[in-house]
Amino acid sequence: MNQVIISAVISLGAIGGAAAIILYFVAQKFKVIEDPRIDEVDEILPAANCGGCGYAGCRAFAEAIVKTGDLDNLYCPVGGNEMMKQIAPIIGVEAKEKEPEVAVVRCNGTRQYAPEKVEYDGPQSCAFAHSLFAGKSGCPNGCLGLDDCVESCDFDAMYMDEETGLPVIIEDNCVACGACVDTCPRDIIELRPKGKKDKRVFISCVNTEKGAVSRKHCSVSCIGCGQCVTACPFDAISMENNLAYIHPEKCKLCRLCVPICPTNAIVEANFPEMSDKLIEKAKENYTKQKEKKKGAGKAGEEKAKAKKATSTDKKTSASSEKKTQDKSISTSDAEKKEPRNDSEQTSKQKDKSSPDNPENK
Amino acid sequence: MKTFKLGGIHPAENKMAASQPIEEFPLPKQGIIPVSQHLGAPAKVLVKRGDQVKTGQLVAETAGFISANVHSPYTGKVKKIDHVIDASGYRHQAIIIDVAENEEWEEGIDTSGDIIRQVTAEPNEITEKMKAKGIVGLGGATFPSHVKLMVPEGKKVEYLIINGVECEPYLTNDHRLMLEKAEEMMIGVSILMKGLGVNKAIIGIENNKMDAVEKLQSLVKDFDGISVEPLKVKYPQGGEKQLIKALINREVPSGKLPLEVGCVVNNVATAYAVYEAVQKNKPLIDRIVTVTGKSLKKTANLKVRIGTKFSELVEYVGGLPEDTGKIVAGGPMTGKAITSLDVPVIKGTAGILIMNKKEARQAEPRTCIRCAKCTEVCPQGLEPFLLHQFGELQKPEDAEVNGIMDCIECGSCNYTCPSNRPLLEYIRYGKAQTNEMIRNRKQK
Repeated sequence: MNQVIISAVISLGAIGGAAAIILYFVAQKFKVIEDPRIDEVDEILPAANCGGCGYAGCRAFAEAIVKTGDLDNLYCPVGGNEMMKQIAPIIGVEAKEKEPEVAVVRCNGTRQYAPEKVEYDGPQSCAFAHSLFAGKSGCPNGCLGLDDCVESCDFDAMYMDEETGLPVIIEDNCVACGACVDTCPRDIIELRPKGKKDKRVFISCVNTEKGAVSRKHCSVSCIGCGQCVTACPFDAISMENNLAYIHPEKCKLCRLCVPICPTNAIVEANFPEMSDKLIEKAKENYTKQKEKKKGAGKAGEEKAKAKKATSTDKKTSASSEKKTQDKSISTSDAEKKEPRNDSEQTSKQKDKSSPDNPENK
Repeated sequence: MKTFKLGGIHPAENKMAASQPIEEFPLPKQGIIPVSQHLGAPAKVLVKRGDQVKTGQLVAETAGFISANVHSPYTGKVKKIDHVIDASGYRHQAIIIDVAENEEWEEGIDTSGDIIRQVTAEPNEITEKMKAKGIVGLGGATFPSHVKLMVPEGKKVEYLIINGVECEPYLTNDHRLMLEKAEEMMIGVSILMKGLGVNKAIIGIENNKMDAVEKLQSLVKDFDGISVEPLKVKYPQGGEKQLIKALINREVPSGKLPLEVGCVVNNVATAYAVYEAVQKNKPLIDRIVTVTGKSLKKTANLKVRIGTKFSELVEYVGGLPEDTGKIVAGGPMTGKAITSLDVPVIKGTAGILIMNKKEARQAEPRTCIRCAKCTEVCPQGLEPFLLHQFGELQKPEDAEVNGIMDCIECGSCNYTCPSNRPLLEYIRYGKAQTNEMIRNRKQK
């Protein structure tokens, strides 16, 4: 009996030893030399595999970093600057500081501002609904509210506000991976720099229709009147296709454009309450800027602008007065929508006060 | 009796308007004429704001090989050229005309009711005239008809097939046309035969319209080469490929046109429009629209000028009933729900269907139970559940391999699905993606 066990152990041991020797040499022969730095980088990466960097996953991104050996076009939004600083010494380059970004929803067409005119009972997917019709409110650029972006988010940074019908971004969770940006069929979500102390000013609308048309579906749409472009002292706002856009790199967060907008399409995030003084200043600035920009323009345009100025001035004063009363501080995007509840009323009033609304032409 | 073999369903017919004779609908106060009423490139606008136009005047011309002329259906003044909401809710270019009280027709258009039997036009003249008068396929796809007559070299056409099937539930416009304009339509068929240079034409009609079959059969002896074939009722027999299969038992290969099997298919309404264009010089400015629905006070088949708003037609049948759940442009199977009644009638509008709440109710979709009912009824032999998944997951490559481009969007799969899955919706979406992918590939 003992003999059987001994012979089994010896023979198995011999086979094992032989196999180990063969395997050792084979492994030496077919060795894949992988840059050890890849593992080092991979170790540091957040392992979220979100694809926010543009690569299939964290490993692929690590390989790309080591292979190219420079960080100019490679950035992990999840880890941010701090993590990139850790990675940089491994491949021996200087990490480039990049301003942290956050996703913003550029549509404020809540159920209140953009009432639903039709019922939709088709497949619950934005991508599909976009190919089918203009949307429940009739706005061909506005949020369809069917959750595609929320589903795309891997970081629990989004939820759908049932009351407004719009997605809300939880800023603390958002890592700016851009998944929602890619998912949205209407390019409503944008990655914007977080800004100083998380403060941001942006146009919360992507509607490119004429003002008169867009106002039919939504009371807070950008009507392309261009008053913010005039008001901005830093030329940070441009106007294209009836839609204003605030360039974040130029914006100095002075907020002088916010009270000027007749439809309240300009949204500020994480700012303290707007003081009467600031509103007054914004008004003054607008008149001043207009004078200045008018001086640069041609004589023919001057007349037209002068006409506009009289009517718009009235309006801005009316709207700002109203605003001061009930504008409140907003700390997150979710709350951001609330302080504007009053503004519809205001804009309605404005319409009445000036029936020949110049920007609606 | 003949029918196609593969798949098919039997939805409730609900052809309530079948006994309603065609009524001439009065001219509206304002007409909205979209420039893109056909498949292909939108037409180029020729008029400007403030122009006076006559009825039948060319107001937008073809822009490309697959495109069609658009004529003014009204006498009046061009109010503006603007972007108006179409059935999808998106805006497209349209000419808006304020209609004058006295109608003045463009010269050369024969507006009398006389029937001109003698076909004098030469084949190339026929094609030219169809092109000039903006004739498009009125069966639903609105494919410019003159293109169908331009047979490429090396292809031989044996049969002209005329589609009088009208398998779509509710709709009765083709049925009424065959009954009331039978002779004109038959002349139209012989014009198309001459244009194509064929001597055989078959008119396929489902056997729920035996009165139309009898009516046409009584006329057949006056026209050489035309035969009328009753077909067993089955949806979607009106599909081009299914009709060819049913009538002459030939199968159109995947991705190919009916020309491949020696056929050209045209709708009965197109044949009638061809008659008017060639014999009477009249452009395509009106069409027959069925306005129907279970809750409506009355149903109607109306001869409507292009550009009349849906709201006016609905008003004519007694206004929207209270329990309206959905308004569909076209039939219940292939039509599209509209978001506003301010949409104008265009060349492809075969009907307006007002569904009540009960009919319009959409059941909650449940998980696919792999029962293969959709595969069983698919008239194209596809696997809808699979294509649906590829559409939903946005996988155009896989969808293409599985033949998504062969789907005729008949909706049989949706109709039959016991889990109420939105199969066709996602297949359509997948088709659009696949189409884009193929286009990109070709460009490379």
